[in-house]
Amino acid sequence: MEPVRLIRSRTMVLPEADIDTDQIFPARFLTTTEGGGFADMLFADWRFDADGKPRPSFALNRPEAAGCEVLVAGPNFGCGSSREHAPWALRDFGIRAVVSTSIADIFFSNALKNGLVPVRIEPESHAWLLANPGVEVEVDVAAGELRLPGGRAARFAIDPFARHCLLNGIDELGYLLSQRPAIEAWERR
Amino acid sequence: MPAQTMFEKIWRAHEVLPETVDTPAVVYVDLHLTHEVTSPQAFAQLAARGLKLRRPDRTLATLDHAVPTDSAQVFGGVPIRLESAAKQISELERNARLHGFELLGLRDARRGIVHVIGPELGLTQPGMTLVCGDSHTSTHGAFGALAFGIGTTEVAHVFATQCLLQRKPKTLAITVGGALQAGVGAKDLVLAIIGRIGVAGGARQAIEYRGEAIRALSMEERMTVCNMSIEAGARAGMIAPDEATFAYLRGRPRAPAGAGFEAAVERWRQVAGDAGASFDREVVMDATSIEPMISYGTNPGMVMPVGGAIPAGAAGDAQALRYMGLEPGQALLGRAVQVVFIGSCTNARLSDLRAAAGVFRGRQVARGLRALVVPGSQAVKAAAEAEGLDRVFLDAGAEWRESGCSMCVGINGDVAAPGEYVVSTSNRNFEGRQGRGVRTLLASPVTAAAAAVTGRVTDPRQFLG
Repeated sequence: MEPVRLIRSRTMVLPEADIDTDQIFPARFLTTTEGGGFADMLFADWRFDADGKPRPSFALNRPEAAGCEVLVAGPNFGCGSSREHAPWALRDFGIRAVVSTSIADIFFSNALKNGLVPVRIEPESHAWLLANPGVEVEVDVAAGELRLPGGRAARFAIDPFARHCLLNGIDELGYLLSQRPAIEAWERR
Repeated sequence: MPAQTMFEKIWRAHEVLPETVDTPAVVYVDLHLTHEVTSPQAFAQLAARGLKLRRPDRTLATLDHAVPTDSAQVFGGVPIRLESAAKQISELERNARLHGFELLGLRDARRGIVHVIGPELGLTQPGMTLVCGDSHTSTHGAFGALAFGIGTTEVAHVFATQCLLQRKPKTLAITVGGALQAGVGAKDLVLAIIGRIGVAGGARQAIEYRGEAIRALSMEERMTVCNMSIEAGARAGMIAPDEATFAYLRGRPRAPAGAGFEAAVERWRQVAGDAGASFDREVVMDATSIEPMISYGTNPGMVMPVGGAIPAGAAGDAQALRYMGLEPGQALLGRAVQVVFIGSCTNARLSDLRAAAGVFRGRQVARGLRALVVPGSQAVKAAAEAEGLDRVFLDAGAEWRESGCSMCVGINGDVAAPGEYVVSTSNRNFEGRQGRGVRTLLASPVTAAAAAVTGRVTDPRQFLG
């Protein structure tokens, strides 16, 4: 995995609360054995009409969305199904951090496994970001800080282990495999 | 040692390494259930590192999410219509051979929805840790197990190490006193709970359901309640094991047998939380006032009594109601529905089918309405047929299909048409969940059956007795 230290990008905003993983990655695409190539499936039913034509007003289709790496979304983002295809599709589209006041547990965990930074911030900064789409922000993983324009900043809690893995591009399986003696001892007890 | 909750006991008993400030706990997984949709990429991750499955004996696979539910594709020699689904099935068959774990294959009499077959086989037992790449794994908590859904990378972690890295969640007690009224079931209870605490009300917490209304539930009803814990955002949902749990497990093919069973029961009696153990948070509810429930929006927290009016909710509800073609203040009672789905890991066990059949018996599915009854497993199907329930459904004009997730997840071809209203016993009313533009109304098996025979949203209590 590539290290993730600092993400500097304009924001893209989806203000809806409780955006579930069925919206992020509709279920009909789940019959795949591939692990990537999902960019076109991201938010497919919100992005495209029934004939497959892009809906121009949807945030991901606007010209200013090009190159955005930070998605600001309403509370409880990523609720519902455990499908890891949701963070895979965000990653494939080019999103590297998701900012909200709350992010659902399984999605949060899945995001970290894929170098997608889940950024949980307090409601005041979040409300400001929802009201000001397209601003330039910085996600500083080492400092646990989301920097907004005008010198403002919001703290975000990040588990020390997750931060260590992100900063050094370590995947968790390597760490788990290194615990093999303890696992074997536990199985023998 | 201070008094411990059931969650804490099970957690501690499975800590290979406890968590520290810098590292999460390494938690051992007793049983890993897997299926065709969230496993292929995990096996690819193993292959990329040259790793083998560590414990085939603690791994069981089934086919449920993408499998067709029409008999011709399952048994009749007609190829599976959806090529990508067929490929997922053959991938799992290949991986089962390669890694030497048990797969209950397409025509296996023990195949079924992963959260139905674990308990049915007696594999799900009190005190164990159980995971699956599916968010409804919380179902198994009904046995006093710590069971939760994981993503595909974590599926690979368990394949490779039989362990997971986890931060310890907080604990939430939901204590339900009183007794459910006639015509009100476990589904209504859990929808009322989610309505009360919200779709994120359980986030970062493991729920323990307790109180006299919970104690009074059968094991199948307890599974319905624990199943939907994830719809409140919870990490897990669990119920302390008791005599009902032990009686359910006795004689199951994979449960301990003979003297081993009695010894296991003695161990299982220790699983319940200690008297006086404290939870991080507690919610208290009364079952007596709960009515048959129905959802009106696009998440399982948007629920109301079936006879109620849609509340003038938060601003965020506007998009949901637009999608649903509904407005605040409207009643759902009497609204025409086009499809009824009775199935899913929430409500497709034998008692659910019996309850639905009680409404269908001697009646006809409303003209123009499509009713699908999809048993939770092939064993449920056989048991239902042995007591003639299939005839009840077929005589009423409903479809009686092979087991699978079917129209709960809508990836095997079982979907409704855009704009249609579906009264569904499943667990999610998300936009598009049962097909693009489809409007899902979540309800209990009897409420769904009542809608099927009237063609409208109906209070099931009119069919009582």
